[in-house]
Amino acid sequence: MNFCLYCHKAFYEPVSWSFIAGLSEAMLFCEECSSSLERINGEYCEICGRSFILFPEQYRQKHCCTDCIRWEESKEWSGLLTKNRSLYVYNDFLKQIISTLKYRGDAELAQGFRAPFRKLYKKEFRGMLIVPIPLSEERHYERGFNQAMLLAELLGGELLFPLERVIHEKKQSKKSRKERMDIKENIFQASKEAERIRGQSVLLIDDVYTTGATIRQAAKVMLESGACEVSSMTVGR
Amino acid sequence: MRFVSFFVDGKTRIAPEPLAPLDHHPPPASFYNLPDFDPPPLNEDFAFNPTLQAELAGKLLLLDELSPSLEEIQQHYNNGYIQYNKGIDDEQGNWKCNRCGNCEPHMFASFSCYRCKEPQCVYCRNCIMMGRVSQCTPLVAWSGPDLNWESRNSELVWDGMLSPAQERATKKLVGKIGVRDELLIWAVCGAGKTEVLFQGIEKALKDGQRVCIATPRTDVVLELIPRLRKVFPGVTLSGLYGGSKDKMDGAQLILSTTHQLFRFRKAFDLIIVDEVDAFPFSYDKTLAHAVQQAKREEALMVYLSATPDRKMKKRGEHGELSSVKIPKRYHGFPLPVPRFLWCGHWKKLLKKNKLPQNVMSWISHQIERNRQGFLFVPSVRTLEQMVAILKKVNPLIEGVHAEDPDRKEKVMRFRNGETPILVTTTILERGVTVPFTDVAVLGAEEEIFSESALVQIAGRAGRSKDDPAGEVLFFHYGKTNAMVQAKRHIEQMNREAGL
Repeated sequence: MNFCLYCHKAFYEPVSWSFIAGLSEAMLFCEECSSSLERINGEYCEICGRSFILFPEQYRQKHCCTDCIRWEESKEWSGLLTKNRSLYVYNDFLKQIISTLKYRGDAELAQGFRAPFRKLYKKEFRGMLIVPIPLSEERHYERGFNQAMLLAELLGGELLFPLERVIHEKKQSKKSRKERMDIKENIFQASKEAERIRGQSVLLIDDVYTTGATIRQAAKVMLESGACEVSSMTVGR
Repeated sequence: MRFVSFFVDGKTRIAPEPLAPLDHHPPPASFYNLPDFDPPPLNEDFAFNPTLQAELAGKLLLLDELSPSLEEIQQHYNNGYIQYNKGIDDEQGNWKCNRCGNCEPHMFASFSCYRCKEPQCVYCRNCIMMGRVSQCTPLVAWSGPDLNWESRNSELVWDGMLSPAQERATKKLVGKIGVRDELLIWAVCGAGKTEVLFQGIEKALKDGQRVCIATPRTDVVLELIPRLRKVFPGVTLSGLYGGSKDKMDGAQLILSTTHQLFRFRKAFDLIIVDEVDAFPFSYDKTLAHAVQQAKREEALMVYLSATPDRKMKKRGEHGELSSVKIPKRYHGFPLPVPRFLWCGHWKKLLKKNKLPQNVMSWISHQIERNRQGFLFVPSVRTLEQMVAILKKVNPLIEGVHAEDPDRKEKVMRFRNGETPILVTTTILERGVTVPFTDVAVLGAEEEIFSESALVQIAGRAGRSKDDPAGEVLFFHYGKTNAMVQAKRHIEQMNREAGL
């Protein structure tokens, strides 16, 4: 018997040969919670990894969503991000999980994404340097941890910290997309460790890709510090 | 958070790292890893902050939950007005949360903590929705003078009449105020139990006691706030539930969901626990713990229930628990007795998008004669299937369940008479009262419909004195003990009421 990592209800795992043979990891979310998570499968935007299923056709041009086209058309932001890939659609259920993780501080919830997050890393980004998106000093202390770092740690590789968050203003989630695109000053700067990424491929890790502004700001600093390309991976999109 | 410990006059004192004295002391450590320390004695000349007293007296809070600055809090500590306690304890190798009492190993986890720099800072996952309690978070308690409300006017302003049975229960309660004891008020659905409490609460308030009414459900808190504010206009009153913004700190009368009691410690001289049968056994064990911790040692505990569980009834019979019964509704009419109607293999029919014939005809009958009806079903899945079918009969029919985002609005529309039939899971079995309503249960044989659930459901009918004879139907595919017991229970109450 297991207890669901999110709803805490007791449940029995469906028995499978791969589990008996020790090939698959124990299930951490119960069936009901697992089925509320929508895996991004099938067609998605080539740049930001947004699922095209349940996505209005008029916001799509060939393999790109119109949001990404707008980023790519702007002189300042074009070509910064090679690609983003995410595990799940950022639906109401995932929003609840992420908010319990971040704002209530239930760090353990990150463990629920371990197996699929590792798999996605191996499939799409194997060998790239892992860089969690940092929090400001203030926010980090307040929360006691950085959720992006918890997620990056799931991958099992070495983590690099070439970034520092310098601007700690009103919460990103309260800003409009336009406000985020208009930011002139970068909220990140390179840290002492930035030398280590020169000539390397960098993979940024964050909990959610919402508008892509945070990731692109970080990517910009990484490219200026000499990274040869920057991609990102998140749980929600 | 990290603290430092240091010596003053041979005593070990502590301070949060940013407020540490400059001279030599051991390196800062997680609160959990501090050596034993001595609480500073109370300095009676210290001018304490009454806001802090109101926020903290009778409670156990995180530093983040207090409004004064860390400096000011530490000053109160230095003068003996505040105590720091461990948030997480180690009890014989098991973790224990000192706020919610959780000691289930799977409800603890740890993380590499940026506050205390420990690689594994253990925290409680059970009460995390109220802010994280971890090894390095002290729980803060007030050790200064008690709050007092003596200058307040606690007069009861109410000119309603009590029925003789209500009167008897009231007398019993008033007689117990100020006594360290327990009292069970066993009142049928619609007995008017809130009114029974008025005089007892008044006496307690006048004696300067702090009073709490705890209920498992937010709906009840919301319903009680205006009623009690009206009858106790001079009393400081606060309503607490998840997400409540009411920050009336230091109130004398507190209406709270049981969850919110986690934050209280030795606060109340009188605790009234509503719907005690919904709790503690069918609920979380830690909630029972919350009630125990929130009361003072000499407190009077009052339990309210229409359907006390077997254990409590037994304690009553054996004289271990004084109890008083109100078997009659306040309007004097008998409780509607359920009728059993066999409806065949309804699950099979549902799969074919059909409903049993007699259920269908009950629904059309209700609509024809313009009477609203509650239709209780055993699961959310059944509910969804039924609503899909019934919307075709009448598009105004609605379904509601606990997770429904429009729950409040739907119940409101039913109350306003806009919805002819409201299909619902057991969430509405308690509390919700709508006059001129009949009640039916589909699948009354299902396990979820226990004796007490069925009694509560039947109790939704005939609540108003203008419509005392509501109808209660149990549609079933095979009678169960619970159904028979529920019927007996209701008949017995009517007999005891002399009806």
